[in-house]
Amino acid sequence: MKRVVITGIGIYSCIGTCKEEVREGLYTGRSGIGIDPARTAYGYRSPLTGIVPRPDLKEALTRRQRICLPEEGEYAYMATREALQDAEIDLDYLEKNETGILYGNDSSSKAVIESHEICVEKKDTTLLGSGAIFQSMNSTVTMNLSTIYKLRGINMTISAACASGSHTVGLGAMFIRLGLQDMIVCGGAQETNVLSMASFDGLNAFSLRVDQPQKASRPFDKGRDGLVPSGGAATVILEEYEHAVKRGARIYAEVAGYGFSSNGVHISQPSEEGSAKAMARALTDANLKPSDIDYINAHATSTVLGDAYEAMAIDSVFGEEKTPVSSTKGMTGHECWMAGASEIVYTLLMMRDSFIAPNLNLEEPDENSKKLNIIAKTIDRKLDTCLSNSFGFGGTNSALILRII
Amino acid sequence: MNRKEIIEIVNKFLAEDIEVDPAALKEEAFLKEDLGIDSLDFVDIVVVVEQNFEFKIKPEEMSKVKTLSQFYDYIEAKLNAS
Repeated sequence: MKRVVITGIGIYSCIGTCKEEVREGLYTGRSGIGIDPARTAYGYRSPLTGIVPRPDLKEALTRRQRICLPEEGEYAYMATREALQDAEIDLDYLEKNETGILYGNDSSSKAVIESHEICVEKKDTTLLGSGAIFQSMNSTVTMNLSTIYKLRGINMTISAACASGSHTVGLGAMFIRLGLQDMIVCGGAQETNVLSMASFDGLNAFSLRVDQPQKASRPFDKGRDGLVPSGGAATVILEEYEHAVKRGARIYAEVAGYGFSSNGVHISQPSEEGSAKAMARALTDANLKPSDIDYINAHATSTVLGDAYEAMAIDSVFGEEKTPVSSTKGMTGHECWMAGASEIVYTLLMMRDSFIAPNLNLEEPDENSKKLNIIAKTIDRKLDTCLSNSFGFGGTNSALILRII
Repeated sequence: MNRKEIIEIVNKFLAEDIEVDPAALKEEAFLKEDLGIDSLDFVDIVVVVEQNFEFKIKPEEMSKVKTLSQFYDYIEAKLNAS
């Protein structure tokens, strides 16, 4: 089997719109959460959201490229542009070398809903414009980026709810391990517009701590009352190890293990067993023991049930080791389809700069989280091997292990 | 609306909405070959024509329009017919 490494990262999120801004946000424990008044007007219970600025792409992309890109596609473009630059890959390289793209995305609500509204008003589909179809499909990110960057390898979108971005990196690693691709652009994207999260808000899943937006996302804390939705995009450049060495690429880390599972139980409730199985499988895949893991980037989204089940699962696998754990969602909110990819980027930045980002707003652990070694304030620590969890609706679980080589 | 006004509006949306080079907007210019307007752009032209002139282009009529001058003629004829 070939080895897989990450040679470029890009991030566009509510705590920063490039990797160095995000690194500083992670280190200082900066919250990206705020209020979107349009949500209240639309009928949301909670106006809380990660505040992500829209990029201005007028100079960067042609009209045709821009009108086919939905909001999450714009974020994905920004993250991918940064990741390719970071990996020192340009358009000339991509034209001469087969490169793939796998990206996590599980909705593109705005274009779908706006198209419906135009049809209701005008009764004529020819007035929807040429970009609507390309913005509406779940695969919008991969169809747009593959065209913009002239990619000619594997090209598809992975939809696996809030584990989409993580499975994408795991599946990309499988393609490279098997020798089918030398390089794959992997990532996850998430829209944040008012139309995108209404039905999720309707599940009463979002925090109502409206008077303290930056304290609303509090993973593992006893006082948590729901997640805060957020978004943006994150990209990593996966590359076959020998290929990366041959071209003199800087290597962030190896994708050493990928574990997956499905709970097979409830559509929205998590499971200790399923989460633990994904982590254990990732350890087996990487040929590592729990004691080899220096840090766990938890999925914990700040929901009552989800955090409790993950705490139980981490305790069941890592209990004796008291492995340091933090959920970066205290700062970022829940980046949903993007989260599995962004948390790989966050973890890689911590590994690169030897620190553990804080589990923001952990003031009092509950009966499950107090069994864990949760890092509430930033600590400087050399990290060689880290695990990142991602779980999603429908009981889909993914765990990835990154190792410095 | 006279022809001069039609030309002004058409040239404005071709430059601003379709991002055709304003210097290329000459009456004898071919829409596809000279202005680079492709089949997807025509879909958007249907939308901007409806917004600006309040009538809907029929694709079968538009297929006969090859040059910018013919495009002005087509719009002028549609407006006069209504």
